[in-house]
Parts: sequence; C-alpha cells; structure tokens
Amino acid sequence: MHKNLKLAFFLFLIGSLVTIGLIYFFSAQIAVLSPAGMIGEKQRSLLMISVYVMLLVVVPVFILTFFIAWKYRASNQKAKYSPEWDQNHTAEIIWWGIPLIIIVVLGILTWKGCHDLDPFKPIASDRKPLKIQVVALQWKWLFIYPEQNIATVNFFEFPKETPVEFEVTADAPMNSFWIPRLGGQVYAMAGMRSKLSLIANGEGSYYGSSANISGEGFAGMKFTAQSTTQEGFDQWVSSIQQSSSVLTLDAYNELVEPSSYVPPQFFKLGSPGLFDDIIMKYMMPMKGMHSRGNRS
Amino acid sequence: MSGLAAIQTSDIFGRLTWDAFKHDAIEASVGVGTLLLMVFLIVFLTYKKRWHWLWNEWLTSLDHKKIGIMYLIVSGSMLFKGIVDAAMMRAQQILSVGDSFGYLSAPHYQQIFTAHGTTMVFFVAMGFIAGIFNIIVPLQIGARDVAFPFLNSLSFWLFTVGVGLLMVSLMIGNFSGTGWVGYPPLSGLKYSPDVGVDYWIWSLQISGVGTLLTGINFFVTIFKMRCPGMTLMKMPMFIWAVLNTLVLIAFSFPILTATLGMLSLDRMLGMHFFTSDFGGNPMMYVNLIWAWGHPEVYILVLPAFGIFSEVVATFSSKRLFGYVSMVWAIAAITFLSFIVWLHHFFTMGAGPKVNAFFGIMTMVIAIPTGVKIFNWLFTMYRGRVQFTTPILWFLGFVIIFTIGGMDGVLMAVAPVDFQVHNSLFLIAHFHSVAIGGVLFGFFAGYTYWFPKIFGFKLDEKLGEYAFFCWFFGVLAAFIPLYVLGLMGATRRLDHYDASTGWFPLFAIAAFGVLLVLVGIGFQVHQLLYSIKHRRKNRDITGDPWNGRTLEWSTLSPPPFYNFAVIPQADARDAFWEMKKEGWKGRGDEPYEEIHMPKNSPLGVFIGGLSMALGFALVWHIFWLAALSLLAILACIIVRLSEEHTEYTLSASEMKRIEKEIEKRHHT
Repeated sequence: MHKNLKLAFFLFLIGSLVTIGLIYFFSAQIAVLSPAGMIGEKQRSLLMISVYVMLLVVVPVFILTFFIAWKYRASNQKAKYSPEWDQNHTAEIIWWGIPLIIIVVLGILTWKGCHDLDPFKPIASDRKPLKIQVVALQWKWLFIYPEQNIATVNFFEFPKETPVEFEVTADAPMNSFWIPRLGGQVYAMAGMRSKLSLIANGEGSYYGSSANISGEGFAGMKFTAQSTTQEGFDQWVSSIQQSSSVLTLDAYNELVEPSSYVPPQFFKLGSPGLFDDIIMKYMMPMKGMHSRGNRS
Repeated sequence: MSGLAAIQTSDIFGRLTWDAFKHDAIEASVGVGTLLLMVFLIVFLTYKKRWHWLWNEWLTSLDHKKIGIMYLIVSGSMLFKGIVDAAMMRAQQILSVGDSFGYLSAPHYQQIFTAHGTTMVFFVAMGFIAGIFNIIVPLQIGARDVAFPFLNSLSFWLFTVGVGLLMVSLMIGNFSGTGWVGYPPLSGLKYSPDVGVDYWIWSLQISGVGTLLTGINFFVTIFKMRCPGMTLMKMPMFIWAVLNTLVLIAFSFPILTATLGMLSLDRMLGMHFFTSDFGGNPMMYVNLIWAWGHPEVYILVLPAFGIFSEVVATFSSKRLFGYVSMVWAIAAITFLSFIVWLHHFFTMGAGPKVNAFFGIMTMVIAIPTGVKIFNWLFTMYRGRVQFTTPILWFLGFVIIFTIGGMDGVLMAVAPVDFQVHNSLFLIAHFHSVAIGGVLFGFFAGYTYWFPKIFGFKLDEKLGEYAFFCWFFGVLAAFIPLYVLGLMGATRRLDHYDASTGWFPLFAIAAFGVLLVLVGIGFQVHQLLYSIKHRRKNRDITGDPWNGRTLEWSTLSPPPFYNFAVIPQADARDAFWEMKKEGWKGRGDEPYEEIHMPKNSPLGVFIGGLSMALGFALVWHIFWLAALSLLAILACIIVRLSEEHTEYTLSASEMKRIEKEIEKRHHT
C-alpha cells in the first residue's frame, strides 16, 4: 500500500515537472501564450499574473496535503494524536484571510481588466482604425469592408499596427468570433451588433474559428486573418475592387445557404448597407431577403 | 405557422414514421445492442422465475434503501454509457484529422457529445447523489424512513423515465445535437426541426420533476425527522451539505422547468420566447438556463464535499476540524452560487461593470471552498490517517479539484475568459472539478458506505488499482485539453486540420480515456470479486471503520426499519461519543410497535405513463399525450384516496426479526 503510494507520488511529481517543462519549451506553438497583438498580449499577462498569484495558495496546499497525510499516517505511531482537537481560531482566520487577500488582489485586476479590455472599447492609436463587419453564416464567415466596398468569405486581410474594429452579427444560430493569437472573443448573434477591437504587431496569418456550436457544419467554420503592410493591404483591396464577382442581394441570399469548409471568396460589395440590413431583418421581416427556413 | 405545417404529421402516429427507425450502422449497432441486453434480461428473469421477486421486493418497494440501490444501478449503467460516448468522441478526434473525416458523421458526433453531457450531469451525477441521499440521509439522522416514502418512489421512476427517453432516442428518431444546455436559436424549430431537441427537453423535464420532488422530500425529512437530541448544529457535515443541496434544488429546478417549458412552446406552438426574430430573445434563454445551471454545479459538488467530510474524519480517527466554519462555508457557497451565472457568457458583450461584478462574485466562492480544503487537511493533522481507498479518492480529489478550481478562478477574470471561453480549456476545467470533485467524492462514498448497504466490504487492493487508473487517466485525459484550449482548439469539433498541430495532444487525451476505462474495469472486477468473497469481508458489527455517525450504530445491512430503537444523539459525532461512553452494542431493547409504509405499484405506473406522455409529446401524438396525462391524474387520485398506506410492525415481530438477524450473523 505505502509502496504504491510512494510510487504514485513520484510519478505525479515527475509528470508535473515534465508537463510544465513541455509547456514552457513549446509555448511558441501555444496561440494564447504567444500573442501577436496588443490585446492578446494584455490578456496573456493578465492570465500569467493570475496564475502566479493563485499558485501562492495552491502550491502550499499541495505540499501540505502530501506532508500532513504522510506524517500522520496511522502506522506512524510517533506522530502526535489529538482526536478531540477540532478548533483553532487563529488557524481558521489565516485560511479565511489569505484566500480573501488573494481574491481582493484578483478582484482589482479583474475590475481593471474588464474596463481596459472591454471588447467594445476602441484601441487608442494615431492610425485611423479599419472597420470590418463580420457576419456568421451557416457555416462560414462573411467579412464586409464598408469603407473599401469589398467583402470576403473565410479570409480577411488588414494592415499591421492598425486597430481593426469588428462589428459582429449572425445570420445563423449563435456563433463566437475568435482569433486566438490576436485576442478574444465575442458572440455573433442574429439581430445583435457586438463589437471587438484587435490589433496585430507584425505581418502574419492567424487561425480563427467559431467557438460556439452552431450546427452540422460547425467544425468547418474556420477562417484566416492575415496582417500585412499598408501597401500590401491597399494592393489587395484594389485587386478585389476590380474583380467581377459582386455581392448583390441575390448573391448574398445564395451565400446564406448552408455550406461548410468553404474556401475563401472575394467580392465587390454590391449592396452598401448589407450589414445593417442583415441585423434589421431580425427586427422586422424585410422584402427580398430570406434565410433558410425564414418564416414570413 | 408554416414552420409547423412543414412537418408531416398524422392523427395516429404524429410525426412518427418508418424513417425514424432507419439508422446508420454505428447508431443501429448501439440500438440493437441495447435491445439485446433488454431481451437477455427479460429472458434471464423469466428463466430464473424472478419477476415476482423483482416486482415485490424492488420495483414497488418504498424502502428508501432499496430505492437508493436502484438509483445506483441506473446511474452506474449510465456512467458506463457516458464513458463510451466520451471514448467515441476521442476516437473520432484522433481519426478525423486533415483529409480524413473519421468514422462518425458530424450530426452523429454532435448527438454523442450532447448525450454525453446530458447523461453525465442528469443521469449519472444526479442519480448518484439521489442514490446516496436515499441510502444514507435517514440512517445518518436516525430516522426509519423519509418524510414521503411514496413521493420518493415516484421521484425515482420519473428519473428513470428521463433515462428511458434518452435510450429510446437511440432507437427511434435521434437525440439533440445542440449541446447539453441547448442554446436557441440553434435548438429552436428553425434550425432543429427534428425530434432530437424534443427528446432532450422531455427527458430533462420529466426527470427534473423527479429531482424537485426529491429535493422537497429530503428537505422535509431533514427538518422533521431527525432523532431526538440532534439539533441543527449537531448534524453530521454530510447532512449539512445535503440540506444546502436541497435548498439549491428547490430554488433552481423550477427555473429549468420554466425555461424548457418556454422552449417547448416555441417548438410546439410556434411561439417566440427565444427565437431571433419576432421579438424573441435567445439571450434570455442563456441567462435563464445558467440561472439554473450554476446552482446545479453546486447541487452536484456539495454532497461530494459532505462525503469527504465524513470520510476524512472517520479515517483520521479524529473530529472534523472547524465544524462551524464548514457549515458557514457551505451556506456561503449556496448563496453565492445564485449570483454568478453570467460567468458562463462573459463573451456575450455585457458591459465591463457587469462582467466585473459576476467575475468577482465567482472568485469569492473560491474562499469558502478553499476553507473547506484547509479544514479537511487539518482534520488529518494530528490524526491517524489510514490510507484506505476512500482516503485515496480524497487525496486525488484535492489535487485534481484544486487544479480545476484554480482554472475556474482564472476564467472568472473576464478578459482571460475571452481567450479560453468555449475552448477545450473550459472542458478541462469543468471535467477537473466534476470528475475530481463529484465523481471521486461519489467513489469515496461508495467504498465507505458499501459495507453498510450490503453487509460486506469491497476489496481494497482492486479499489486501489482502480483509483490509480482513474487518477492518472483523468490527468492524462484533461491536462492536454488545457493546452489544446490555449492553442485555440474549441470544444465540440468533429474535425480539425493537420496543420494545427493538435493531434499529439488529442492522442494523449485518448490514452487517458483508455486508462479511465481500465479503472472502470477494475471497479467492475472489484464488485464481482467482492461479491464472490463476501463471506471473507463480512461486516457483522455494523461498524467496520470505527465510524462516528449514527448509521454505523445499526446493523449492516440495516433491517428495513433501520433502527429497532430510535437512537438519541447528544453530540456531533453521536456514535463516536456513544462508544466512548461505553456503548456495548445492540442489546435486547424494549421494542415498540412501529408503522412502516406498504409497497405501492403506483410509482411504477405513473413512471410508465410519464414515459408514454414524454414519447407522445416528442412525436406530437397528441391523443396519447392526453390519454396518459389523464391516466396519471387517475393514479394520483387513487393514491390520494388510499387509506391504508402503512402497516403495523408489532414489538414481538420486531424482536423475532432481530433475533433472526442475530442468529444469521453467528453462522
């Protein structure tokens, strides 16, 4: 019995050390721990600080658990035994108090963090932010650039070091818009306008997906977000503006039809108020616009 | 509404057609397997001529201990089903990478994870706690029965109907694929027109009524039926934990019933509570379901805390440290659990102040929870800790639950949650607390109280092997999920790209599930082995662990009336104090005549009729729904008009029974 316990203890110890080591060495491959923009960086540092603060309690708990259980094992008759001892106010004040202090610290961090990292808050920058309107469809993402008059599916580009202001809605069940390396996440809901501001430090291409189950083709609802230079972005925009495919209302109604694992598509925007129309359609039934099974 | 008219219905069969019976090979094999198992059981019982015994001794019994054992049997088999679901999901995820799409279709995969969550929360965890309540609560408070024995039987049968509907969905039609909390609009008529969501709704509605009745029944039991001397502050800690759980049930389950009720009105009558259009509000559903869902989390874990309190004190041969502080900690958790629900959806876009409030409230729960852990550790301090399997489960709980709890606090920091919400990190978090807390707690209680229920101990060696497999299996299955979540892997994916680099971690997680399956293998073996060698491990004293509370003062297994003479509790660890003062064991007492409840088949009947009602509502067979509802009402009236629901056990009869047990123990 005791032999097995010791073995398990060392297995656990070695396992923990190996796990921590692996996470440390591979942290560059772990999106949330290797952010590529300011929002993600702030979220990571908040994560790390919170973990360190909590380890102040958790590590002693682990050590105490093993130490006490082992020292007071029944076979160790030398250890003190006081079967009636069941109260000590000082001790209890300590373990109501220390967690309380830690929670106060974390609470202050949370309060500040919630305000600082409110997804609806614009990022302060001397560059003019880029507006991108995001529509979750069954099961792909539509990105509308209202100022550039273009639209894309499952892929979008944006200039580095420029704040991007996303407006997010859905013409589908609820989804969640998430680009792990840039920062987290906001729900995409039909008839609602959520906002999210993100920024990228450098050039790169980032994995994004829906984080909320939205039906059969949900797993194929992925996109790529690509940051590039301002010149590169301008070039990309004008190449799409010259393309022949136009996202008219008819084209949109076709796009709304359920499909999954959809390769990137690029359109000239044919209907400038499309995003608002999509939101409004859930407020009052609109003529000429329909989604699957829309009852009107 | 056109949405309703679009569905083909007939007057006799509603929406039910032959298509409902058609399934692909994998689904069909599960359905056929279940059917074969049932046929085997029926043949076996007929062959052994056991129907009469089954009906009289078990199905119609109002004995709380027997009802408890039936709960454990149902939940135990559902645990097996739930784990098979989990193994199927992990198998899909190691096969479905890049160009390969695995062996499950996306809708089937989604039904599996929905069924997994529903099964584990409602039919495993809830069933286990209801079973333990049934068996232990009356014994621990020195009562002969629960307050409402018939209601108790009815609760069990309604719970079993929930299980039954879930199992029927394997064979007729399909189950919901919208996740275990079924957010609309996905779970609404527009996006889920088939019967899956209806199966989910009615399975939860019917078993939910059973849970609510259990809640009220045991609440009254604890308040009205404690033995003389047992004031509130002398109750065992387990009873305190259960009492708070019951408060949570009574306040939160009506929310679930109302929410699912509105969802089914949307689906059946084309209403717009939760649709995206016509003024409906799906966000309201999300708020409501978690206003129930978060207390539900504590409904599951508080009883586990109670079990650990008993186990740690008993196996340390020492009083529970900080009793008063423990009671207040539980009460604080109970209260706080109602004001944290929004932390399930920080990402919905509420303002920073709202998010901060709910985040901080969530963290505050960590304080009383932490206090409890310290109190358990200091119960062991200066004790004599015996490393029996219940203590191993406790140690495993401290490790895994603390890891899970730490991540819970981490996710309460709303901006951090934005980066891990709905990712596999979240999955790892709540499995750490649910398995490490609830399930390990249940396993500790199962081993601890097994000799009380059945009269012999479980084999320790095999229990130890099972524990090690579970402990390392759970770590191997969920630590990789934390990392996967941080890598951007969201939950509920039936496929991912090879370029994500997630495969090795999914493979380790799948290995962890295998290890857990080996652990379950050991547990099944342990049970069979212990039954076979029951003579060797027999508990004649009724007190195999040198226990502290009243359930150990009666025989193992207790006679159907629990206590020949109702005990007197003069201190917190009542039985421990009795033994200190020279308790000589159960002697010849002045017995008195008592009243015990008669068996009643009406629980089974109402259960069967509820099954028909649920099935009829799923398939829109409205004549059957109306008929079964009327029949249920008739059963209730019959029960209410019965005058002789109890019988008298005379003092001399009790003496004869006691003598007989005595004699059996000496052979």
